[in-house]
Amino acid sequence: MDRRKYLKTLTVGSLGAGLLIQSCDTDKPVVEAPKTFTIDRTPDELAHELKLASETFFDEHEMKTITILSDIIIPKDGTSGSASDAGVPAFIEFIVKDMPRHQIPIRGGLKWLDIQCMKRFNADFASCSAGQQIEMVDEIAYPEKAKPELQQGVAFFNLMRDLTACGFFTSEIGIKDLGYAGNKPNQWDGVPQEVLDQYGVAYDERTLAESVKFDT
Amino acid sequence: FMPDFQIKKTPKDYDVCIVGSGAGGGMAAYILANAGIKVVLLEAGPLYDPAKNVTQLKWPWESPRRGASTPYRHFGDFDAAYGGWELEGEPYTHKDNTKFDWFRSRMLGGRTNHWGRISLRFGPKDFKRKSIDGLGDDWPISYDDVAPYYDRIDKLIGVFGSKENLPNDPDSIYLPPPKPRLHELFIKEAGGKLNIPVIPSRLSILTKPINNERGACFFCSQCNRGCTVYGDFSSSSVLVNPALKTGNVDVIPNAMAREVITNSEGKATGISFVNKDDKQEYTVNAKVVILAASACESSRLLLNSKSSLFPNGLANSSGVVGKYLHDSTGASMGGFLPKLVDRKRYNEDGVGGMHVYTPWWLDNKKLDFPRGYHIEYGGGMGMPGYGFGFGMQNTNGKYAGRDGTQKTGGGYGASLKDDYRYFYGASFGMSGRGEAIAREDNYCEIDPTTVDKFGIPVLRFHYKWSEHEVNQAKHMKQTFAEIIDKMGGVITYGNNDGPENDYGLAAPGRIIHEVGTTRMGNDPKKSVVNKNNQAHDVKNLFVVDGGPFVSQADKNPTWTILALSMRASEYIIDELKKQNI
Repeated sequence: MDRRKYLKTLTVGSLGAGLLIQSCDTDKPVVEAPKTFTIDRTPDELAHELKLASETFFDEHEMKTITILSDIIIPKDGTSGSASDAGVPAFIEFIVKDMPRHQIPIRGGLKWLDIQCMKRFNADFASCSAGQQIEMVDEIAYPEKAKPELQQGVAFFNLMRDLTACGFFTSEIGIKDLGYAGNKPNQWDGVPQEVLDQYGVAYDERTLAESVKFDT
Repeated sequence: FMPDFQIKKTPKDYDVCIVGSGAGGGMAAYILANAGIKVVLLEAGPLYDPAKNVTQLKWPWESPRRGASTPYRHFGDFDAAYGGWELEGEPYTHKDNTKFDWFRSRMLGGRTNHWGRISLRFGPKDFKRKSIDGLGDDWPISYDDVAPYYDRIDKLIGVFGSKENLPNDPDSIYLPPPKPRLHELFIKEAGGKLNIPVIPSRLSILTKPINNERGACFFCSQCNRGCTVYGDFSSSSVLVNPALKTGNVDVIPNAMAREVITNSEGKATGISFVNKDDKQEYTVNAKVVILAASACESSRLLLNSKSSLFPNGLANSSGVVGKYLHDSTGASMGGFLPKLVDRKRYNEDGVGGMHVYTPWWLDNKKLDFPRGYHIEYGGGMGMPGYGFGFGMQNTNGKYAGRDGTQKTGGGYGASLKDDYRYFYGASFGMSGRGEAIAREDNYCEIDPTTVDKFGIPVLRFHYKWSEHEVNQAKHMKQTFAEIIDKMGGVITYGNNDGPENDYGLAAPGRIIHEVGTTRMGNDPKKSVVNKNNQAHDVKNLFVVDGGPFVSQADKNPTWTILALSMRASEYIIDELKKQNI
């Protein structure tokens, strides 16, 4: 948020306010927003964002494993790219810094996964063959079928699935894939006729008469 | 020698000092400034203008957390409410292990920047509840006293809806409502079968332009983010900005009020405040003081304004300040509509919020709880944000997929990826918002041992729901289950509640409709302000937020806060002219 600009704008309508505001406003240096921010940020928020941006949580091996896992969860298909194409690993790195409650479940879960793979295949998850990785994932990806002794893995994979899918479908690639058609100025004139027909519903006469109409 | 600590006087004296710039304070500033009265408006947060502090029409990836909640914006990264249930350095406490969650948004316009825009008039019965069921108290005014102000607010601010001629849900002067969305048609259909009315919602959103200063709604569904064209109501854009244009209002942002200052004659002379930017102490003088800091914050100010003349706090000879605190009740349930899987995509954003709602429709004399509730609905193909797709393992094993087979829940890969597309837009939900009984033993008071970072003694809350509210929540849950069942839906949340958790009744404060702490009345021994929102004990002191509400109604309070603030402001103009205050 560019405080000074807003103060100035409001001052135009009220000279007295300008004087007062200036007398109350200290001349603190304004923290510049990183160019990536296109949404309103208060000074406190900006400071918080800059702090998060300066931190690194996962190490290289952890990021490598997260990338492989996220692409197993959301792979490239005929419609769109994979989780890593959509920047999901970076999203997961950010979100555990932003929500520290996820740090132990993810870091510990990655370690759990490596230990399991070491026991089975004598290699950490990332170093296993694609076939071995899938063999392992199959054991923890289906909560109702998973063995009781692998429930920690199930909990970890559920969280990875949630964060991967959420990261993917809130990315530019994912939104396009999903077909979300909004977030743009328009005139809502009701459910399209072919959709009404598909479900066998219709607007009653009163609704049609009293609802907002638009000049086409 | 200069002392380290001194109190600075602001250079100008004013006719009126208003504390708080939300619905009540914004309206007072607007009315008074337009009458040529010199106003100083104190706001505890920064300046804010939805046209400049923009999150509207941004995409989820423009927030690194995809719109998730933060300690700085509890309603999410795109939401237009700075703050939330806790503010850094500004605690509040609880008595006897009771619960009350206090939502504070410190910014120009306050909580009106992100509110639901649900703009319901109180009905004739809502002002006279004690006469009907013997509980609480009647207001000293009636619907007829407020109706002319509701009319003017409808025209000044704009609200859409439909004329229904319901006995206790009076019609406003409406702009045309938007057509229902698909799931809303199914809700309406189910309501018809159950004799539950489902009518167009009543929201202060401009489906048609009403003046040259504000644009019409362009249906992005994001009112909670603040509207860059001022197509919905917020105090910042619709009241404070126009008030500033008169040249009669000075805003002091980041001004945290400490006390109301009084003189030896017992009149209010101004406000002392700490400026959060330079950390200095200031006073500002005015002939009239109006508190609009929110029901609880205004009570806190009064209780902290003690003097030899006012040992119990200002305007508190009755001992009623802080008492009769009540919030709306709330309970929710939601589900999944199997017939909506694999939906055809189209832009279903609509306005910010529901296009249909259910006003209270039953007779409480035939029920085991005394007051009603309305139902709000949600659902549809909304913009994905943080939390999208969470818990897929609980959904994709429950229904047949695109190929007609039912698989094991969870999974990964191309098949899982397709499930998110397949199930998108098939969920919906509903929430009841009901009237609680105002009780003397639900209150906020000054915590005797705790201060905030400004050294201001903080509030301590004592609040318990009674059987009236619990029975109402139980009824909500039964109703929701019937509606979902009749729609052919499957309940996915909100159906595991029982007496052990008050049937899912939300903690008091959670619905953010808290009112009643400086209630109005004719008897100075039982009320804080008179029927004109004027303190019984201090003639030049007024309260125009939700504090003066005697009872909350099964309606959202904003439209009534606005109407009463407009009414009180015109009374103040009149009294100033007559030199009575």
